[in-house]
Amino acid sequence: MTRRVAVTGVGIVAPGGVGVPAFWDLLSAGRTATRGITLFNPEGFRSRIAAECDFDPAGHGLTADQVAAQDRYIQFAMVAAEEAVRNAGLDTGAENRWRMGVSLGTAVGGTTRLEHDYVDVSHVGQLWDVDHRPAGRHLQRAFSPSSLASAVAEQVGARGPVQTVSTGCTSGLDAIGYAFHSIEEGRLDVCIAGASDSPISPITVACFDAIKATSANNDDPAHASRPFDAHRDGFVMGEGGAVLVLEELEHARARGATVHCEIRGYATFGNAYHMTGLTQEGLEMAEAINRALAHAKVDSSQIDYVNAHGSGTQQNDRHETAAVKKSLGEHAYHVPMSSIKSMVGHSLGAIGAIEIVACVLALAHQVVPPTANYETPDPECDLDYVPKTARELPLRSVLSVGSGFGGFQSAVVLTRQGGRAR
Amino acid sequence: MSSLHQLPHRQRRSVVTGIGVIAPNGVSTEAFWKATREGMSVLDLVTREGCENLPLKVAGEVRDFDPAVLIEERYLVQTDRFTHFAMAAANLALDDARLGRADYNDSPFAVGVVTAAGSGGGEFGQRELQHLWGQGSKHVGPYQSIAWFYAASTGQISIRGGFKGPCGVVASDEAGGLDALAHAAHTIQRGTDAIVVGAAEAPLAPYSVVCQLGYDDLSKVADPDRAYRPFTDAACGFVPAEGGAMLVVEEETSALDRGAPVRAVVAGHAATFTGAARWCESREGLVHAITGALEDARCAPEEIDVVFADAFGVPAADRAEALAIADALGRHAEVVPVTAPKTGTGRAYCGAPVLDAAAAVLAMEHGVVPPTPNVFEVSYDLDLVTGSARPAELRTALVLSRGLMGSNAALVLRKSSAESLS
Repeated sequence: MTRRVAVTGVGIVAPGGVGVPAFWDLLSAGRTATRGITLFNPEGFRSRIAAECDFDPAGHGLTADQVAAQDRYIQFAMVAAEEAVRNAGLDTGAENRWRMGVSLGTAVGGTTRLEHDYVDVSHVGQLWDVDHRPAGRHLQRAFSPSSLASAVAEQVGARGPVQTVSTGCTSGLDAIGYAFHSIEEGRLDVCIAGASDSPISPITVACFDAIKATSANNDDPAHASRPFDAHRDGFVMGEGGAVLVLEELEHARARGATVHCEIRGYATFGNAYHMTGLTQEGLEMAEAINRALAHAKVDSSQIDYVNAHGSGTQQNDRHETAAVKKSLGEHAYHVPMSSIKSMVGHSLGAIGAIEIVACVLALAHQVVPPTANYETPDPECDLDYVPKTARELPLRSVLSVGSGFGGFQSAVVLTRQGGRAR
Repeated sequence: MSSLHQLPHRQRRSVVTGIGVIAPNGVSTEAFWKATREGMSVLDLVTREGCENLPLKVAGEVRDFDPAVLIEERYLVQTDRFTHFAMAAANLALDDARLGRADYNDSPFAVGVVTAAGSGGGEFGQRELQHLWGQGSKHVGPYQSIAWFYAASTGQISIRGGFKGPCGVVASDEAGGLDALAHAAHTIQRGTDAIVVGAAEAPLAPYSVVCQLGYDDLSKVADPDRAYRPFTDAACGFVPAEGGAMLVVEEETSALDRGAPVRAVVAGHAATFTGAARWCESREGLVHAITGALEDARCAPEEIDVVFADAFGVPAADRAEALAIADALGRHAEVVPVTAPKTGTGRAYCGAPVLDAAAAVLAMEHGVVPPTPNVFEVSYDLDLVTGSARPAELRTALVLSRGLMGSNAALVLRKSSAESLS
């Protein structure tokens, strides 16, 4: 296997700021972007907090037509893709477009617009036999999740395989993983990869209320997302989008691109256990980590940072701690492991891509972002979670893991350029 | 089943060992094939509750489907109709492949699940939206979070079967059904032994229909015999359908080791993107996809014995496809039989090309090209099989698909005994 996969561009729309500099500023300072929900009136809901993006699409170059036609989550992806392509210095017009693809993840896609228009056509939930006349003219785009990848493919002029990936909360990791495989195995030279979600709407908040998966710490939103802390009480919903330019390494070198780092390994497995429940032992996540490391030809002892799924639910953080111990062994106790969901919330399908961008930036800056709000150790979560303060460290190889409804367990390994060749 | 066969990449061929169909023209593979071979059209007036007054009049509904016969109660209550179809089809495919827990008990990571999904759990979602907006947030049930999203079918099939291998979801255009099969073949090349793969859709809940009304090319003709007639002067759009197919795709030696019936080889695939509803450009996109799939399969154009066309049903799209087949297959296009059995069932979005792949395998086994129902006067230079089935020795089939958001894909299937001539 000689084809290697470089990250040459990153772009992001995240809570706390649009663009890579604002995002890194937030993470390295350990600030939180969680607050009371403003996108709709959350009165009467169990969880009334979220990590929202202050996003002005026109200010980021989207036209009025684009704003009207595309859902908020697609707008995030378009703005992030624009930044990523610019960051990569990629002249998309000069590329062989049939060798350029798009792979973007989303967990719930156009739910926000689907719900918005539903209210009109159902006369506010009164009709089963809905009245089609009030429906918006772009509703079909919200209905079809492929509109995400399609919009970004149009934007960058891609003509290769274009796919939307939807594996719940691992969608972002998996979309990047599929892109990685496509380049490594020779089907593509360039892939615009990432994920986006804008799930902060009544139906999504209600469905997580119903299973008490989200935090009800409504009185203290800034400290509500507390991954690995003994008093954690659920995740705080977020939104956002992140996009990377992935490129075959020699292709990147040939055009003189700056290589931020490499994606070296990826694996995903199902837990075949429960749609929302997780096993005590985390065997399947451990297997995903082991296979991703084996694919990357990186020994578990060489991992310098673990970017955790760390959603802040009781069961997730226990499960993940067990899985990391199982896969990294004794080294698990010596490697820093943090959850940026403490700061930017859990944006469902988008978060995996946002976390990969955090890993790219951690490698670039040689800084591990912290787990904000970590106060009280939980005896069952006894690793080094980098409480509150970012840490400067020499970083060469990092691991990002994710876990999602449906049983998906995924892992991605990234290495700094100049790491050992295969 | 051993978890990793130590063979070089290319030698890990993917073969189809099981087929399960839940389609408008048959809720078993046998019934589907009988109706397909006979050229029966089951297009009919929409009868799903709540759709009576909507402008969509004709569709392909799955009738006489009793999910309780094939799926346990505990899965039924927490899943949408689209997952009922997918789980039922998966059960049929696994039975057909004679693949049971005893085969992978010792290696659960060797079997994965991949589905494509174009619209998710629309009926379940509409019901919960009605609870939320009609009655209040406390009335949203606990299963909304796992029934509506695109990953529901993959997750539930994985749990029901105990499949812990790589699990994926491409939430895609129609062509995503073929992309899912390719995804399975690539996963098998990397070392997985078997993938349960395919797509099933249930897009006929009233609100889902309202969403589809935004598609300019949706046929609103009220006469079932005239609503969907691609490749004719009377082409007036496409008719949507429910249902789909799941296949068991296995690494060849692994299938042979356990004495499984090898039905066909998944020989080659390629996908391209040419923009939503830009049908003229889909000509070039399809040509690249066909050429790519033939190269991937090491197959010469002359070896193609039958083409299962996308047959979209509007003149610009039909012309583009006819020209693409001529461009890609050269003079062979003048003699190769082309068929589109989906004119008798409608287009089940991502399920449609998987049904075509299933029909292609069955056609090769039975040595007949099934006809294209409702199509009589063909306006393009194609040998479109109409009227009744045509006996022919079929060793290699080409399946084409395009999506409303701009994807094009081609898949080459071969009879297991077919050797490449080139």
